[in-house]
Amino acid sequence: MTLADLLAGIVFLALNAYAVLAGADFGAGVWGLLSAGPRKRRQRELIAEAIGPVWEANHVWLILAVVLLFTCFPPAFARLGTLLHIPLSLVLIGIVLRGSAFTFWRYGGAEDEELRHWGVTFAIASLVTPLLLGTTVGAIASGAVGDAGRGTGDGFVGTYVRPWLNPFTLSVGLFALVAFAFLAAVYLTLEAQERELRVDFRARALGTGVALFGAAALTLVLSGRYAPLVRNGLIFARWAIPLHGLTAAAAITALAALARGAWRVARIVAAIQVSLILWGWGLSQYPYLLPPDLTIADAAAPAVTLRLALGALILGALVLFPSLFYLFRVFKGSRPSSVVRHP
Amino acid sequence: MPDLLAARSQMGVSLAFHIVFAVVGIAMPVMMVVAERRWQVTGHAIYLDLAKRWARGTAILFAVGAVSGTVLSFELGLLWPGFMRFAGSMIGMPFSLEGFAFFTEAIFLGVYLYGWDRISPRAHLGAGVAVAASGAASGIFVVLANAWMNAPTGFQLVDGRAVNIDPVAAMASPAAFPQALHMTLAAYAATGFAVAGIHAFLLLKDPANAFHRRALEIALIVGAPAAVLQPISGDVAARHLARHQAVKLAAAEALFRTQRGAPLSLGGWPDVARRETRFALDIPRGLSLLAFHDPNARVQGLDAVPPDEWPNVPAVHLAFQLMVALGTYMAVVAVWAGWLAWRRTDLAHDRWLMRAVALATPMGFIAVEAGWMVTELGRQPWVIYGVLKTRDAVTPMPGLVVPFLTFTLLYCFLGVIVVWLLYRQIVRSPGMPEWRKFYMPVEGRETGKGKGET
Repeated sequence: MTLADLLAGIVFLALNAYAVLAGADFGAGVWGLLSAGPRKRRQRELIAEAIGPVWEANHVWLILAVVLLFTCFPPAFARLGTLLHIPLSLVLIGIVLRGSAFTFWRYGGAEDEELRHWGVTFAIASLVTPLLLGTTVGAIASGAVGDAGRGTGDGFVGTYVRPWLNPFTLSVGLFALVAFAFLAAVYLTLEAQERELRVDFRARALGTGVALFGAAALTLVLSGRYAPLVRNGLIFARWAIPLHGLTAAAAITALAALARGAWRVARIVAAIQVSLILWGWGLSQYPYLLPPDLTIADAAAPAVTLRLALGALILGALVLFPSLFYLFRVFKGSRPSSVVRHP
Repeated sequence: MPDLLAARSQMGVSLAFHIVFAVVGIAMPVMMVVAERRWQVTGHAIYLDLAKRWARGTAILFAVGAVSGTVLSFELGLLWPGFMRFAGSMIGMPFSLEGFAFFTEAIFLGVYLYGWDRISPRAHLGAGVAVAASGAASGIFVVLANAWMNAPTGFQLVDGRAVNIDPVAAMASPAAFPQALHMTLAAYAATGFAVAGIHAFLLLKDPANAFHRRALEIALIVGAPAAVLQPISGDVAARHLARHQAVKLAAAEALFRTQRGAPLSLGGWPDVARRETRFALDIPRGLSLLAFHDPNARVQGLDAVPPDEWPNVPAVHLAFQLMVALGTYMAVVAVWAGWLAWRRTDLAHDRWLMRAVALATPMGFIAVEAGWMVTELGRQPWVIYGVLKTRDAVTPMPGLVVPFLTFTLLYCFLGVIVVWLLYRQIVRSPGMPEWRKFYMPVEGRETGKGKGET
């Protein structure tokens, strides 16, 4: 493994952390939109209390991934920015609206009616952003952000629209949305202190857990036509069978843990399950950063930059991990946020 | 609208929007921590109330700053892929470090905002200090990246490609220290004066209101020293410009002709076609004195480079004059307030001072925006000074006017809402029942412990 591979792995780890942490914050927003039944209001309160202290920190994983990507792999970043301009701009609008709406909702200190508007804005942005994030992932996996940056054809639509807007990328978007909703529902079963709320979110977790299989199957079927590289990796590679075995084991364990009420186990296993799926994607397109032509080695910055970036990462990690540990111990330890009301 | 102009406009709007929140994110945590510390020492509930209000303000502004900062980090690639392809491996270092500083800031802000009743008072104050320190650090790291664009170092240019790159040397660009110092002081001065100004305005109507008095006091403690130091850091920055970014200085001072004993032009309108600045008040040898601390020094004018490498001279000159004028005003008011405080005069009852402070409310932020216009417009047509032209860095995607208008509308919308929320959350003094207990004699010092939690 080269230094560039290692750094590509770290970028991917940051994306992985973003998916299982911030992804769940997006999913929680979706559940806010879909809150229903007699405990509608309490569901929303629980969601807000669960993500309040951590969502900013969770969001920074994306910034870290972007910054590392443009430091260590500048040509890949330049190409992504050019060909995926439209979906990434839309993702940004979603991120801006979601973050500000959540803050206005929690800190607005206004009347119910106005708060509700912010809650709804937050929820809709939480729904749309994962879909679009998924389509960009789909565009990369399908090799449309390749071919020396020409997209999938000529003209504006061929270059800037079709790479990310087709059945396959949409199925990846759907998959991302369902996965985030699943994570959020699983995590919320642990956050909830009241039995009824737990039952509400357990039902949602089980439902989305099953839906996740469906979304995965749909993506796999469509990948035959749109993303053969990734599909072949996922089926024929040496690591494919063990990885799928582990993923399936995690999925079944997560569902069983939910059914038995082992919330903490369910949280960990669900995060592992989604991570394994992500790594399946990553491994299947190795050694390409942007298939079908841009490899990790080709895109890598000079060795001196990579070494310094690794040094900065180690230095940063020494500050970051104790801080993160502290944050999660204070708010996600034995007393989840929902136990204590905050101002 | 041409695509290059649209891309520049979108970047400009994004930066102009984000900088406000970044600046507040650097300075407001300091005020919040000072207020909390005072509460812990004096036990007076007003300080706790202030700390909580400023924490809420920080929460709102930090969130908007975080998301608008995310937009910027993506826009580097969305709008300027040519720049990132060239520069990513060199300016990635400060951005990576900034990522970690920002991470720390987000983590401890979460702890601070939601941890009032979960951790010890000492740990809580420590979390606030961590927010303030990492906020300042992340601002400095971003400025280091910008400094490299203004005075690029740490590589050799061979056939349009950078070779032998040294990212550490790139971080230590000659512009790094002057810019980082000037910007960090600007953050404290602008935020301190904005908050002080609002409370000064309210004190004009109600000079005995203890809530506003305390808020004014802390805001001036943060803002006034920075405002006094700012002209000195401005001098450091100007002398750096004279040596390393002569075209920018020439545009800022509207100096068309290279000359010894160059005059300092105050005000005026640079007439680019006629190569002269009209209606300006010239101070003989002033510019040579300021730029090189030598009245006979030779100062490079715009004529040193061909006109197609000139920035927009009137815009840079006006922005520069505006920044200097506002900064000078704030420094004078800061010295005035400091002198009165030293003489133990009651600041809140000095109506002229309160008027002067109230007038300064928006000045720091306007000066920050103007200063960035000098930095960024003054570097044009280069995105990396002397190395890469802005027009060669822009994305090939057509129709850039659409994202420009979209993000502009989005930011206008958010800006209006943030102002409204801040007004409701922070500025408005506590409601009637609480309000009364905050009144106290002008010279009086309260005794007894506050209740703690409100």
